[in-house]
Amino acid sequence: MGKGSKEAVAKAKPQVKTSWKKAFKRDWQLYLLLIFPLAMVFIFNYAAYPGLRMVFMNYKVMKGYSGSQWVGMKNFVDLFTGPSSARFLMALKNSIVFNLLDLALGFPMPIILAVMLNELRFPKYKKVTQTILYLPHFLSWAVIGSIALTMFRTNTGLINMTFTSFGWIEQGIPFLTEKFHWAATYLLIGVWQGMGWGSILYLAAITGISGDLYEAAMIDGASRWQRIWHITLPGIRPTIVTLLIMNLGRLMGSNLERLVALDNALVRDFQYQLAVYIYDYGFSGQHYSIGTAANLFQSLVGLAMVLIADRVAKALGETGLL
Amino acid sequence: MDTAVFKGGKIMAGKRKEKDNDISAGGSRAISKFHISDIVIILIIGILSLTCLLPFWHVAVKSISSNAAVAAKSVYLWPVDITWDAYRSIIEDGSMTHSMIYSVEVTAIFTLLGMIVCTCAAYPLSRKRLKGRTVITFLLMIPMYFSAGNLPTYLLYSDLHLLNNMWVLILPLIYSAYNMLIMKNFFISNIPDELEESAFLDGATNFQILFKIVLPLSKPILATLTLFYAVGRWNAYGDNMYYIRDNSLKMAQYKLYEMILNAQEAASTALTEATNVTSTPEVLQAASVMFVTVPIIIIYPFVQKYFVKGTMVGAVKG
Repeated sequence: MGKGSKEAVAKAKPQVKTSWKKAFKRDWQLYLLLIFPLAMVFIFNYAAYPGLRMVFMNYKVMKGYSGSQWVGMKNFVDLFTGPSSARFLMALKNSIVFNLLDLALGFPMPIILAVMLNELRFPKYKKVTQTILYLPHFLSWAVIGSIALTMFRTNTGLINMTFTSFGWIEQGIPFLTEKFHWAATYLLIGVWQGMGWGSILYLAAITGISGDLYEAAMIDGASRWQRIWHITLPGIRPTIVTLLIMNLGRLMGSNLERLVALDNALVRDFQYQLAVYIYDYGFSGQHYSIGTAANLFQSLVGLAMVLIADRVAKALGETGLL
Repeated sequence: MDTAVFKGGKIMAGKRKEKDNDISAGGSRAISKFHISDIVIILIIGILSLTCLLPFWHVAVKSISSNAAVAAKSVYLWPVDITWDAYRSIIEDGSMTHSMIYSVEVTAIFTLLGMIVCTCAAYPLSRKRLKGRTVITFLLMIPMYFSAGNLPTYLLYSDLHLLNNMWVLILPLIYSAYNMLIMKNFFISNIPDELEESAFLDGATNFQILFKIVLPLSKPILATLTLFYAVGRWNAYGDNMYYIRDNSLKMAQYKLYEMILNAQEAASTALTEATNVTSTPEVLQAASVMFVTVPIIIIYPFVQKYFVKGTMVGAVKG
């Protein structure tokens, strides 16, 4: 604490370093509150970290951590070249391909939707449609999977029923049972589920753009398209970048609930992604060590992607995430 | 599960303006010449909304139609031979009703504890004067970015005797870094330090400030996060897949998932001509979907007005 700081203290808030003793005396109730969340993360998250050592072991449930053999990097080598590597490589490939497609289709949609909602003229209509568009976010994947069956089944699905009754098609389209059709259905359902909810953050960002800008543009005779391109989109650019970085972190991870809800025996070639691999091969098949190695690989790549994307964004002059 | 990993905390939304959300910042309120592009936008938004509504409507209609009508493919967007048999048999069977009651129970406890733990973390961490704030925030954020993975976590819960236990569906997830961030950002941007400071000078304790000043001023965020917690728990079943074996301990969504699993397999095996998989009749499945979704549909309109505002506020970088 310097001499001049006394004045500052008197004027502004006390930003001075307090001793721990003083801090506890004043804020012991706050520290008391913090015990609860800290206990939760230590018991349920941090306590699991030591278990990660199993990636260097041949972990057997019967033997536990102490009795299982240390094998060094063998699990990671096995993932890529071992006898069961075909499964892992398929899961890896599917995860990357489907997540990239998810990103390419699912990422722009909320932006487009937010821009369109912002251009809507009738507040009532906007409110009602927004409420409806958020709804899929609140449905579980079990419900969505079930609705997907009802809509897309080859024989009795609503879409195929409608198309056949109009005579547009002779036979039902195998939306869910042929793997390429399934891939399209899976991706579209993902877009559909996330678009409304995803648009909220962009709408919030658009609210932050000064109305003066739009008025000035109107006076200058800018068309709607020009207003969107030169005002709205630049205005939400920081939000777009932030969300893009966060999405890149999910490039490897996939949602187990979504995958299993849309699963069936005919589409396993595509449906088998890392989350399924970890559940099916690692957990159900009791290949704990190798499953965990795959899991660790997945989260480390995700983390690396976020860090790299953040660096790139900053290098390009954006604010970045971290 | 890695539910918490998926969203980073700081989403920048620029500077927020205190303004009704209805009024768009766009040119919509400016000059009123109607363009073709207006019609196109109205149409596209309308169609997208229909894609969200119609499937659900179709399922609802199916659930009150007769089995025969559904099998004859005559049910589209209007019920045929209205009957409540499917619902009756769900209720009579008891297993679904049981898991509904159980799910409500789990969700209620989860939401209550979740809100408590969230407030316990968010309020202290929103106070800038708190010594050690950075370190504690860091400790509470790491799990969001890096988890040990499903299998070490599974073994940990096994050691904690939580497997096949109702509490495994509650305790591990009540602290959510994502929700904590939203709440913390709300406190920082909406509760002025001065307000608290003056209460402090009047001799109020931290607890009194929290309960008498901060929480009453935070209703939108409390409503929003209550919804997030409740819906999150109600809808998730991935943890059921890992940790629960007993039928009586499975949540309703997991039951529904098992039901469609059979239907999926039946749909695909019918093509491969193995016919020994029995499918749940479509009407029953539709009724089950309605059954487990109704609680959400009921609370949705009430909290709807809060959550948009709450999410927006929390999302602004604090």
